[in-house]
Amino acid sequence: MPISGQPVPHESARDHVTGDALYVDDLLGRFTGVLHAWPVVAPHAHARVTLLDVSPALAEPGVFSILSQADVPGEANTGANRRDEPLFPSEVMFYHQPVAWVLGETLDAARGGAAKVGVEYEPLPAILTIEQAIEQGSFLTERHRIADGDVSVIERSPLRFSGELRVGGQEHFYLETQAAIAWVDETGCIAVHSSTQHPSETQEVIARVLGVPRSHVTVECLRMGGAFGGKEVQANPYAAVAALGAWKTGRPVRVRLTRELDIALTGKRHPYLLRYTAGFANDGKLQGLRAALFSDGGWSLDLSEPVMWRSLFHVDNAYKLPAVEVTGRVCLTHKTSQTAFRGFGGPQGMLVIEEVLATAAQHLGLPADVVRERNFYREGDSTHYGEIVAEAARIQEIWRELKASSEFEGRREGVVSFNTRSRHQKRGIAITPVKFGISFTAQFYNQAGALVLVYRDGTVQVNHGGTEMGQGLFTKILQIAADTLGVGLAQVRMMSTRTDKVPNTSATAASSGTDLNGAAVTDACLQIRSRLAVVAAAILESDPASVEFKDNVVSSNGKSIAFSALCETAYKQRIALFAHGYYRTPDIHFDFKQARGRPFHYYAFGAAVSEVEIDGFTGAYRLLRTDILHDVGDSISPIVDRGQIEGGFLQGVGWLTLEELLWDANGRVSTSGASTYKLPSWSEMPEVFNVRLLARATEPGVVMGSKAVGEPPLMLAFSVREALREAVAAFGHGEVVTFDSPATPERIFFAVRQVRAERPALK
Amino acid sequence: MGHIEFLLNDQPVRVDHPPIQITLLDFIRSRGLTGAKEGCAEGECGACAVAIREADEKTGRSALRVVNSCLMFLPMAAGREIVTVEALAPDGELCEAQRAMASAGGSQCGYCTPGFVVSLFAEQHLPGREGPCDPMALAGNLCRCTGYRPIRDAALALGPAPASEFVDRLLQSAPELDALAIPGFSRPVTVDACLALLNGDPQAVLVSGATDMGVESNLRHRRWPHLVSVEAIDELRAFSDSPDRVLIGAGLPLNEIGRRWTDAPDVFREWLALFASPLIRNRATLGGNLATASPIGDAAPMLLALDASVHLAGKAGRRVVPLAAFFSGYRKTAMGPGELMTAVEIPKPLAQFVRFYKIAKRRLDDISTVAAAMALDLDSADRVRRARFAFGGVAATPLRVTEAEAAVVGQPWNDATVERVQRILDRVLQPMSDHRGSKAYRLEVSKSLVEKYHWELRA
Repeated sequence: MPISGQPVPHESARDHVTGDALYVDDLLGRFTGVLHAWPVVAPHAHARVTLLDVSPALAEPGVFSILSQADVPGEANTGANRRDEPLFPSEVMFYHQPVAWVLGETLDAARGGAAKVGVEYEPLPAILTIEQAIEQGSFLTERHRIADGDVSVIERSPLRFSGELRVGGQEHFYLETQAAIAWVDETGCIAVHSSTQHPSETQEVIARVLGVPRSHVTVECLRMGGAFGGKEVQANPYAAVAALGAWKTGRPVRVRLTRELDIALTGKRHPYLLRYTAGFANDGKLQGLRAALFSDGGWSLDLSEPVMWRSLFHVDNAYKLPAVEVTGRVCLTHKTSQTAFRGFGGPQGMLVIEEVLATAAQHLGLPADVVRERNFYREGDSTHYGEIVAEAARIQEIWRELKASSEFEGRREGVVSFNTRSRHQKRGIAITPVKFGISFTAQFYNQAGALVLVYRDGTVQVNHGGTEMGQGLFTKILQIAADTLGVGLAQVRMMSTRTDKVPNTSATAASSGTDLNGAAVTDACLQIRSRLAVVAAAILESDPASVEFKDNVVSSNGKSIAFSALCETAYKQRIALFAHGYYRTPDIHFDFKQARGRPFHYYAFGAAVSEVEIDGFTGAYRLLRTDILHDVGDSISPIVDRGQIEGGFLQGVGWLTLEELLWDANGRVSTSGASTYKLPSWSEMPEVFNVRLLARATEPGVVMGSKAVGEPPLMLAFSVREALREAVAAFGHGEVVTFDSPATPERIFFAVRQVRAERPALK
Repeated sequence: MGHIEFLLNDQPVRVDHPPIQITLLDFIRSRGLTGAKEGCAEGECGACAVAIREADEKTGRSALRVVNSCLMFLPMAAGREIVTVEALAPDGELCEAQRAMASAGGSQCGYCTPGFVVSLFAEQHLPGREGPCDPMALAGNLCRCTGYRPIRDAALALGPAPASEFVDRLLQSAPELDALAIPGFSRPVTVDACLALLNGDPQAVLVSGATDMGVESNLRHRRWPHLVSVEAIDELRAFSDSPDRVLIGAGLPLNEIGRRWTDAPDVFREWLALFASPLIRNRATLGGNLATASPIGDAAPMLLALDASVHLAGKAGRRVVPLAAFFSGYRKTAMGPGELMTAVEIPKPLAQFVRFYKIAKRRLDDISTVAAAMALDLDSADRVRRARFAFGGVAATPLRVTEAEAAVVGQPWNDATVERVQRILDRVLQPMSDHRGSKAYRLEVSKSLVEKYHWELRA
């Protein structure tokens, strides 16, 4: 039986539960003479540094050295996509931006030293909101645009409305904060343990800062304690500080941000301002949509441009837009530089159409699910950027199946009758779909490498460019490698991700980890297997094409040989037992000027039904039940896939309901720690939670017929926002209900107040 | 001189001249026990969870109480038995809690997992526990990856703890805490000794469970020259329930109050479940919560509504102060220098109708945006004999709205009376806007809660 498709636990589950699984900062005890780094942070959102005097700090006991501009042998800039992130800025661009780093014998000493560094600032005016940025023309990008059809149809539509929606950001709150340990290795080169989703880029940035060739920098990532996009580029500056410190002092340097520093310094999911005008026919069919999206990019470009593009791509979600003009622009504000976060702009784009359809349904007095269904893509439809929606029929298939399995219709009647009986508590139920495009929209990223080593005893080491952050990539890769080589899971060892094994890798991001790295590992394993098949065929008196590799046994022609014995024989025959594998996604292209092409290899689909209950006295609510049906193709690893769906969903619920990210008037993040920024806890888990994978869903052209699963389920949480909308509406008399995101109890409280106070217009 | 000793995973540990404000977490990690992690450094996430073997009053044996090791100063470990995740799989054989978590898919990135495992292990080993483990015992642990469902399944799959050395150990009584005096840290065992310390050193500062001071230390880098721990003072851990009053030791951890007050009213149990998290409740005390005088503490509104008073001991003797007169300003109390809170007294019988409401972004383990407790006694004609309306989060101190209380006495408890209370709240409450909620929400929801209370009373 193949190992792929089996519900195997996470490959590190045993080490997770014993505490044996190691993360960067757990390695501290393995180094001697470690220096600890602490930043000198600016108390302004925007200011010029007029003086930096490190001498008082150097006099402090335990302070060993202080890193500043003069220590940088290379280029003191860590910007990934634009050189706009000075490591030691002369102009402070966000509150608490580090202007220097203190290295101490202990963390306490470094922290104490940082407080003694004398810095003088000349405060400058700060831009802290999207509205201010728009008003002052403060942008990081040009205006990007996708258009299709004739949007003037909106002006002739029977129903026409406009709206504006503010969408809050989201703190990643990976449990393991940013961390790196760097040291000068035995050969005088730099080695770094970094909690990074993108070791190759971390390597590149370190090489740039130190002014050394990339080949002189080795970056290793054992595993991460969560990342969610927050370590795609934002791990780089901290690894660079560690490397610079080690380079300067010759001693190992550890950087580990406390939670407070991590929240203050690192980027988040982009807050958005969404403005739209839509036109509908009376039957609820969308006729045209105009939307302008503005994201709060913070102080530097980071990944904000592709994030915005993904918003523009996903403004359709699962619906055909007959005429559309959507524009997007990234605002420069004096805040942390917002970055990748699970969904990568997709969620904010999709909010536009979900808001528009829900609003239309309320105007027209139609059930929201009916309006959604009437606008679904049909087989053969293309998106607003010209890509045919392959497998579009799955949207309706999932919709029908989920409605039945969740008993949607019957429960909706139950909700209505509950609401009739209950004056102060009201329920709402909603179903929403997800369609999500899979591939990096930066085409060159869609490649991956692997290095598979088979030893003479038949055991295997697998190296590839992907990183493990809890998403189960390593589990799936082990299953793929074991199946492809026909050996047991125990025979295969997954190596940590290192830039000296596979070079020039892409970030583990865009849900693509398994698609890309799994295919590269498959390629390497197949090469080795075909070489071994030739050796086996000679022994088994058969032909190579008919040799089978299964359960550690190689057989053909009724005869067999142990895989290990075959490896030994092959070695003696001077056959190479290792191979590099490579994969690039075929048939994708996109012209950003024309905004036309086929940016995505395929789409992932899913849908969710959620039911909530609101207490009208307080605005508090409970998530009573969620049912999910999601398309992961043929699941390689059902435990992993279900975990991604459930975890992604709840993270989406957090973003849309309680995770309220706030900055104060000085530009300081005021939700600065776990006591003020609330992640979903046990109380947010749906009381009943049914998750199923779509059956018979093989995806051709993807490794093992599977589909990417990391990001798409996050957007299943729209069902909760829409159920809240339904429940708020139940307090009123047919008013159009809307509220900004997240839908905190406070927002729900006032939304309920409003619909209770209003009387409906005649309709 | 100047050392502490304790048992760490059954191994005796001696630390000479211990730094006072190093956390237990940093200490165990420096010894290579890196299973416990720092996730937040403020007792919210539970990634740093370790278990302490403490007395179980009910059975006279002992139990594992799970705590946030990031909020324990190292000297607080003196004389204790501490268990970390590393001890749970002796000889490499996973314990049931570990097997359940691993096979249910309860770990993804794995960073929070050791904390969950410790919580689950302790829950499985709770004295007298029957049936599956209570997932709410894990409510002090946060996970960012799984969405909790598989962890819930792991908890529900666990039956009684199988025979093991742990089970045998828990049949024994827990170690008693002795007096400790090292430079910068004292742990007296009597009230008198504590008062002598306080009055002998003007720099001495009392510390109880350190669930607040630990945060001050970690996040704001606050340092105290001399901490006086009240944890070993028996009198502060007393509990008595008599016909005319309940007397709760000011140093009794909140969960311990729940265990000892066996016939506590439902409203008390509901209040306790909303108070911080299980891990915090294993350390936090009423004395600490009241003495910090936070306007958003959860204890004050409830105790104000119950007409509680506090017992104080000082050089000049002992006195009892009504809680209503205890809070004198923003984070200020009636406690004089050198005074110690010994107990909280709740008079009985309790009011007929007592309710507690906590408004927060997150239902469990959050700090109140607004907290409200209301108590009413009605006469046979449904007229108000006595009313208490107490709020947190609406002023610089926890607030009893005495004007509203007086205004409703003798009135029938009906819609018009509720509106009267609301009009007074409109005038009296002075909330502010912050990251937890706007001024408008705090005011409006406070008023709305009086309606909710009214509605619940009628139902």
